[in-house]
Amino acid sequence: MKTYIEDLNKAFESRIRLGIMSILMVNDSVDFATIKELLDITDGNLASHISALEKLEYLKVIKQFVGKKPNTSYSITKQGRKAFTNHLDALEKLLKNRA
Amino acid sequence: MTENNKHLENLSEIRTLMEKSSRFISLSGLSGVAAGLFALSGIVAAYLYLPTVMKSGEYYKAAFTDNGEINFQFFSFFIVDASIVLLGSIVFGIYFTVRKSQKKQQAIWDNTSKRLLINLSIPLVTGAIFCFVLLYHGLIGLIAPATLIFYGLALINSSKYTLNDIRYLGIIEVILGLISSFFIGAGLLFWAIGFGVLHIIYGIVMYNKYEK
Repeated sequence: MKTYIEDLNKAFESRIRLGIMSILMVNDSVDFATIKELLDITDGNLASHISALEKLEYLKVIKQFVGKKPNTSYSITKQGRKAFTNHLDALEKLLKNRA
Repeated sequence: MTENNKHLENLSEIRTLMEKSSRFISLSGLSGVAAGLFALSGIVAAYLYLPTVMKSGEYYKAAFTDNGEINFQFFSFFIVDASIVLLGSIVFGIYFTVRKSQKKQQAIWDNTSKRLLINLSIPLVTGAIFCFVLLYHGLIGLIAPATLIFYGLALINSSKYTLNDIRYLGIIEVILGLISSFFIGAGLLFWAIGFGVLHIIYGIVMYNKYEK
């Protein structure tokens, strides 16, 4: 019997990364402060997870100016969407098979 | 087993974050109940203040006097009455929603609430302008149906950005508005149903479903 465990994406093992991806899945783009508030974590913690996901090209960074203030927001990439959907499918199958 | 629990927990967390980040879920059912009560008392006030006009079944004809001039008593009363209803609904609506957002730990002024307000406003402002157009052409009787129709469309349009249940309230308001446009004399009765009774029922249902 296949266990599906190998289908789980290692990149999403951390709950924070799961959280970031969940938020980006349903929004066109989200800024740093909003993600931070929703996940209730520190700047440094969030930044390191974001840069890890960026390296995998699961999200892209959008830098722009709102008035004179720099504003950084993030949006999910095609690969990111695909990887996250696959991960969710694998989670679902895993749970169904064990139930 | 603990492994399973961990995955289940992850899944429910994913769902919560998706909801919380894209929909304004703090809209309180009690806001609906308050709006409904204000609407009903506004209509009761109209019957008390203008009993003969209201009972004639053609209240809207009183907007103009027999020689075609604007009836100021009629208009000033309705403007004051409607402003109190609107203001009361908004103040209490905000109060109950702020209270719920504190409980839910969702920010009251963030992207989700902004998006909700923008998408609610587009059909609502269009409707308001259209009602002035009706007024301009002297088609007073169609104003009440038009408010119901545009309000319903506003709710349907904003349902993607808050609790989805609001969609059904919107559909009922639109149907009610369309029916009432055939029975122009009964405009205020339809108003009482659409803005009063429906809001109260909807508010109670939402309160029981999400806030108990």
